[in-house]
Amino acid sequence: MLDAILVMSGLALFLGSVLGYASIRFHVQGNALVEKIDAILPQTQCAQCGFPGCRPYAEAIAEGRADINQCPPGGEANIHKLADLLGVEFKPLNAEHGEPKPKSLAFIDESTCIGCTLCIQACPVDAISGAPKQMHTIIASECTGCELCVAPCPVDCISMVPVAENISNWKWKRPSYLEQDAA
Amino acid sequence: MRKLYHFNGGVHPPQHKSESTRHPIIKPPLPEKLVIPLHQHIGNTAKPVVSKGERVLKGQKIGRAEGYVSSAIHAPTSGTILSIEQEPVPHPSGLRDLCISLEPDGMEEWIELQPVDYLNTDPSTLRNRLRDAGVVGLGGAVFPSFIKLNPSNRKIRTLVLNGAECEPYITCDDMLMRQRAAEIVEGAKIMRHMLQADEILLGIEDNKPEAIAAMKAASGDEMEVVAVPTIYPGGGAKQLIRVLTGIEVPAGERSTDLGVQCFNVATAASVYRAVRYGEPLISRIVTIAGNVANPGNYEALIGTMIDHLILQAGKNEEENVAIMGGPMMGFDLPSVRVPLVKATNCIIVKSEKLFPKRPAPMPCIRCGRCAESCPADLQPQELYWFSKAGNFGKAQEYALFDCIECGCCSYVCPSSIPLVQFYRYAKSEIWAQEREKKASDLARIRHDFRIERIEREKREKAERLAQKSAKAGSEQE
Amino acid sequence: MNSPYLAKTPSVTEIMAKVLLALIPAIAALVWFFGPAILVSLCLASATALLCEAAMLKLRKRPVTPFLMDGSALLTAWLLALSIPPMGPWWLIVTGTAFAIVIAKHLYGGLGSNPFNPAMVGYAVLIISFPVQMTQWLAPASLAQAHLDFSTILHYMFSGSLPSPLDAYTSATPLDTLKTQLHLAKPITEIMTLPIYGKMGGVGSEWVAAAYLLGGLYLLQQKIITWHVPFAFVATIFVFSGIFNLYDPALHAGPFFELAGGATMIGAFFILTDPVTGPTTPRGKLIFASGAGFLTWIIRTYGGYPDGVAFAVLLMNICVPLIDAYTQPPVFGKKK
Repeated sequence: MLDAILVMSGLALFLGSVLGYASIRFHVQGNALVEKIDAILPQTQCAQCGFPGCRPYAEAIAEGRADINQCPPGGEANIHKLADLLGVEFKPLNAEHGEPKPKSLAFIDESTCIGCTLCIQACPVDAISGAPKQMHTIIASECTGCELCVAPCPVDCISMVPVAENISNWKWKRPSYLEQDAA
Repeated sequence: MRKLYHFNGGVHPPQHKSESTRHPIIKPPLPEKLVIPLHQHIGNTAKPVVSKGERVLKGQKIGRAEGYVSSAIHAPTSGTILSIEQEPVPHPSGLRDLCISLEPDGMEEWIELQPVDYLNTDPSTLRNRLRDAGVVGLGGAVFPSFIKLNPSNRKIRTLVLNGAECEPYITCDDMLMRQRAAEIVEGAKIMRHMLQADEILLGIEDNKPEAIAAMKAASGDEMEVVAVPTIYPGGGAKQLIRVLTGIEVPAGERSTDLGVQCFNVATAASVYRAVRYGEPLISRIVTIAGNVANPGNYEALIGTMIDHLILQAGKNEEENVAIMGGPMMGFDLPSVRVPLVKATNCIIVKSEKLFPKRPAPMPCIRCGRCAESCPADLQPQELYWFSKAGNFGKAQEYALFDCIECGCCSYVCPSSIPLVQFYRYAKSEIWAQEREKKASDLARIRHDFRIERIEREKREKAERLAQKSAKAGSEQE
Repeated sequence: MNSPYLAKTPSVTEIMAKVLLALIPAIAALVWFFGPAILVSLCLASATALLCEAAMLKLRKRPVTPFLMDGSALLTAWLLALSIPPMGPWWLIVTGTAFAIVIAKHLYGGLGSNPFNPAMVGYAVLIISFPVQMTQWLAPASLAQAHLDFSTILHYMFSGSLPSPLDAYTSATPLDTLKTQLHLAKPITEIMTLPIYGKMGGVGSEWVAAAYLLGGLYLLQQKIITWHVPFAFVATIFVFSGIFNLYDPALHAGPFFELAGGATMIGAFFILTDPVTGPTTPRGKLIFASGAGFLTWIIRTYGGYPDGVAFAVLLMNICVPLIDAYTQPPVFGKKK
């Protein structure tokens, strides 16, 4: 009787200390999780999720203040990645935050632009160049397609142009067959 | 006798080489229009330096190399620039790309050519000359040759010339070696000079006895002509280097680091013409084979429409579908109304009889024939499994990027699984993901920077206000 | 369609057909030495397998014809029929085959996806569930007390009655006899003088083993299988039985007996070489087959069953993903 109690308490003590050590040794910094979530997010900085950028959204997810299905540019693929990372169930995209669209870039109709700089202030990644009373231009390589510049424009000269497939971004298609379709 | 080395796997597809070697290289008549793509090489697209309506001379530069990894583009004949527009190009996507269209005037009027005495010219000048002459690898990879001819302080022991030409149907290098052996030897000497290499080895598969004889006769003491066993893909650069020198060049490493550099024989000939005569690369030899009446080799101007060439070889059917490249690694041309480019070593007109449809795929039974045939020592069945499942990270772990896409695995698969097609798909998906990752990293940095700037401006404004009010306060006192 | 546009390869159907062809000599030997009973059980197994395969393909909404034509179901049926006593009642072979095809093959995803050798799963189920029927092996025709002809066999299989008692036709296998006799503390030398033992293995069955070897050599020559698996399996059994035979010849049968007896040969060339349930790397194949050889020898020597090939195969099947993962050969340019 006494033996059993001793053995069991000894075991409990030992395992408890192992667990305790592991929780200190392998402690995951809160920030590390935010970093990991942020790395998955597309960095469009479009704020469609309801937060003022990808990083704040990542923080909100890490703290449990936001759900994983609020990012339309990331699409379902990103929701799957987030679900895997956080060990939660996949959810379809929440339509309240918008629909996924093909990747587009902003385009300024330079003949209409009045040089008001409102779009420059709206751009989250400084991808618009120009100065007051000067025509503005989108730096295509920096534009994330967030659409935040479209609404502020007083003359509606900004449009979103889908990125067309070209030789340099073209991809081989998945071989279109399923072996079970063999017939 | 030189000791030859061995690489794993390989296959022996039927060769179909005799059909197109019955007569010497033919120069087709000047076409009515040339369409010259500005992106015919690995690297950046050349920048057009002519405008619509301008008259250009044969050999005049019409596109200049842009950035380091790039190459120039030239007018293949004299004539008038018709347009600089997006046109269909020979690419598996079937998409358009920027091309310069040229209407030949039939005068064939050359620009003034400037030959160079290579022995008295420093290698850097020679490299610029080759870059300006648009010389790129003609074996199919079209990598700008001047870059590969820069040893940058590494000792190159062996210069390997690739005359193996292992793919079925293709005979353009064979005919070049038979007819212009001296040009190849001279080009190789220039390359040896630029690389300061100790020896030149020319590897030719032993199914080309005429080419071996011609090259042996022309090479004298300058280089060693080595007959290598006929096995596909023995003409892959890495495989040929292995067979001739025993060196295995790992994926992601340059052969120069291991003291070897490898060029196609046709590249050597075009280096010779660019240096000795100052002639830029404006034409190449192309094999027209398959379902045509009179298969053969043609020395065609870059920009010649493929259907013009097929017509020369005797069209058999009204509707033509053609492969560019060989039957193992080539691709379906979107149409035959696309121009010949520097990479076009072969055009095979298809027919149901030559290339019967494969049976529908069956499940993988793990028989391992693909692994036995893989010249890169991969486990194709595992790569297939991961690529099919979209598990690209795992596919990379199993060395997906060591795959040279030779197609041996698909060739031997008893279940007719499109294996190499899956690897191409997986690779391009991974590249796309990497592009996206790069773009999103850039966006993150720019966004963080912007936030910081706004904060700083706010802070500075507040400080200025504080100073102002402090000043105003002290003045009041 | 994209390159390669060429292909030259035997189809799955041709590969399976060649394996079936390679089994013919052994079937012929069985008929010659043990009578035509095996033909009946082969037919019964084939019919069951094809029916089950077709039904499962239909249920799984897969195309029936190409998958029936691939021959894999037929091969499973033959291998199972060759592994169990041909004088079993009809439901024995039907149950075993149905289990192999329905459970071991299709419930795991069908051709190419099953982790366990279906024929061996069928065998294991039968020997655990019906041990009595599974040990009623036919005696070699030369030793049997009663003559067995075709109509008698058919009559027995479906009605269960025989003109003479069953014992008159059957006997324990050489491996089984060895085991029981050893339990009776008889030395090997004395056991080997029993009439069922021939020159190397059992009377007749040693010739069947030789026929399997012949078929296996044909498969090697046709490049359907590689040397790794048969070699490693046979060599492992040979080495272990050899060492123990040298150590104590009274307790351990000699290496040649182990090779010619039981399912060693069919295992080496036809069962372990199943590509679907085996490893793909050369080193992996060696490890897999040596492991199976060692387990076979262990089970034969110390286990409760006279032969151990089936359980050895199944146990090694479990290890295949692990073996494959740890035996990836170095790729081009990255060899040490």
